[in-house]
Amino acid sequence: MQLTRRDVLAALAAGGVAVAAADVDDGRVEAALLEGTPLDPDPLSGHVLETLVAVAEVVYPSTVEGVDSFVEQYSVARLRRRPADAGGVADAVTTLDQYSREWFDGPFRSLDAATRATLLDQMAVDTADPDPTGEEPARVRHFVVNELLFALYASPTGGRLVGIENPLGHPGGTASYQRGPPADVWSGVGRTDDGDGPSNPSDSVDSGGTDGG
Amino acid sequence: MDRTPSDRVDVCVVGSGPAGALVASRLAAAGHEVVVLEAGPRFDAESASGDETDGGGSEDRDGPGFDRDSRRRRMERAIRPVDGPEAVWGMGGDRDAFSSSGERGYPLNRARVKGVGGSTLHWQGMVMRLHEQDFALRSSVGVGADWPISYADLRPYYAAAERELGVAGASDNPFAPPRETPHPLPAFPPSYSDSLFAPACERLGIATHSVPNARNSAPFDGASACVGYGTCEPVCPSGAKYTAERHVSRAEAAGARVVDRAPVQRLEHDATGERVTAAVYATPDGREHQQEARAFVVACGGVETPRLLLLSESERHPDGLANSSGRVGRYFMDHLFAGVGGSLDRPTRQHHVGFNTTESHQFYDRPGPERGAIKLEFLNYAGPSPVEAALAADEFGDDLLDSLRERYGTHVAVGALVEQLPRAANRVRLDPSRTDDRGNPVPDVVWRLDEHTRRTIEGANEIQREILAELGATVEWTVGPENTGPAFHHMGTTRMGDDPAASVVDANLRTHDLSNLWIASSSVFPTGGAMNPTLTIAALALRLAEDLVGRL
Repeated sequence: MQLTRRDVLAALAAGGVAVAAADVDDGRVEAALLEGTPLDPDPLSGHVLETLVAVAEVVYPSTVEGVDSFVEQYSVARLRRRPADAGGVADAVTTLDQYSREWFDGPFRSLDAATRATLLDQMAVDTADPDPTGEEPARVRHFVVNELLFALYASPTGGRLVGIENPLGHPGGTASYQRGPPADVWSGVGRTDDGDGPSNPSDSVDSGGTDGG
Repeated sequence: MDRTPSDRVDVCVVGSGPAGALVASRLAAAGHEVVVLEAGPRFDAESASGDETDGGGSEDRDGPGFDRDSRRRRMERAIRPVDGPEAVWGMGGDRDAFSSSGERGYPLNRARVKGVGGSTLHWQGMVMRLHEQDFALRSSVGVGADWPISYADLRPYYAAAERELGVAGASDNPFAPPRETPHPLPAFPPSYSDSLFAPACERLGIATHSVPNARNSAPFDGASACVGYGTCEPVCPSGAKYTAERHVSRAEAAGARVVDRAPVQRLEHDATGERVTAAVYATPDGREHQQEARAFVVACGGVETPRLLLLSESERHPDGLANSSGRVGRYFMDHLFAGVGGSLDRPTRQHHVGFNTTESHQFYDRPGPERGAIKLEFLNYAGPSPVEAALAADEFGDDLLDSLRERYGTHVAVGALVEQLPRAANRVRLDPSRTDDRGNPVPDVVWRLDEHTRRTIEGANEIQREILAELGATVEWTVGPENTGPAFHHMGTTRMGDDPAASVVDANLRTHDLSNLWIASSSVFPTGGAMNPTLTIAALALRLAEDLVGRL
């Protein structure tokens, strides 16, 4: 499933980064992303961004496409408005690299995907409770992994992967809760093809998603 | 901001939740000088980091008291909790210390918010009228107590409260008490999940109907319609859910002064002990001030209201202010949650929105003394939400997605609010062994479940299991008498009544003991029924405001 710029803006809006959801059509996305006075025009180094993408590639499902541009646009726009968090993200990336160099002789982003997943596992990031002021695994979980998981699963495309076009945190309108499962959305267990109940096969699932006014 | 007191005003309101905000807005609109003292912060005046600060605010406002981006950040804190759910609205710490010494622990700081808007900041927003039977429980079925007013007395104020809160509802509830006009906004249509329940309920002879919501089904009063963030409780970033910030804004526009971070420490009275003269409040700089007024309205909810009266003890009132009856703090009640949940063999479309759209009040009125009221709720948020499950998962990538798909999508649940009768032993008292950040004894919530309540919970569970069985669901969990919890509706602790020896306030909500002290709160409810209390709080506040305007 392809992550789009629309998903970037939806994920940003869920975290309180002001973007005009009503203006979200592809022709205006760049302008929307760049609007306002940037607090920090370059909140994250290229290395940090590439590391975030490298983490996303192992914590996101393999069926998701467009991960690099989604993560880069989301992270730059979000952390530009949240400079305090940018430091936490950069520090967490440094921590990942320290472990990576110690165990696998190179920075995290240089590892192959299987080794990256192994590292997160060995570092116990998978079982860590997210905590911005906690131990190293807890900070990596908070600033890197959960930052990325929140961005994906609070976006319409991430929600659709699981069978919900209007996930928690996304202002997807008040139509979808009334509808039955669209055939193209439901890909999980329990799927029925008997057309039971009202349904709407339309894929314009987030058409109600403006929060303007 | 300037937190020094105003010169003696007409009315000092303590608390800016729905009761205090409604009273203040009505009195200010009638031309009276009003000061509102609020213990917590004004949440909009906050920095990008989410810290509450003085003044300021942002450009993206719907009006004073609302900032979308700040609310979205707060919503993210709710979805990605770091310091527990209390921290979303800044609850916890020494300011909010409490004890819970009863048989049942009470999670007080999850159950309230201190700040401009009060607990409507985190409420879900269900707004039902009490039934006629609720006002006459003792005389109709021989349990609990009668209210000194009837449904007919409150009926016009219910209608006014529905207008004030912008209630979205329909007149399709065959069990609701009589009403005169439609709700101001149309009801939210039923969910897909509701449509799965409907035939099963019909076969069982259980009538279902819409849910009145204090949430905009269309733009109302300058605020957005609901856009489906799904996080109503504890944060609505769109402003579609009513919060008392609306009436705080209205009160301020009419000239009222609202002082935040100004917790009232005690009320002072004159030499006769018959009139309150001043509210003594603290400010962040560590100083104390006295706000003088002709009349005082305490609107601090079911826990802090009795606490303030008890903290205001004096030689004239050695057991606490307005407590000659000994009833201040007594009869603490909450509603209990009862629920049964499970899964179906097909999608049920949960978590698209954070509110419910179908209920049944068929089991509300009590057939006799043996059981209490039951309000059935068909949940639109059964089971885990995928976002929250992902953030707490211990696996990543394709494994995580597989697990999310397995866990989300087929859940169903029927919840219920269950009545708890007033018992003197359930109470809010002061805990002298523990003090808050100002050195005041903390509230101690003494709470237990009695057999009547347990029986009612079991009765609710039986109905719920029957519905799920008819639906063909596999039952996976039950919240019954052993693992039930409170619905965070604090009631009963300054009960209303005609007898000064057995109640704290009279039918007009004035304290029996002090001639210029009123209470606007669910603390005045003699019984609690099983309806979410805020619409009744609002109706009583509007009735009190009308009475006060006449007196002033």
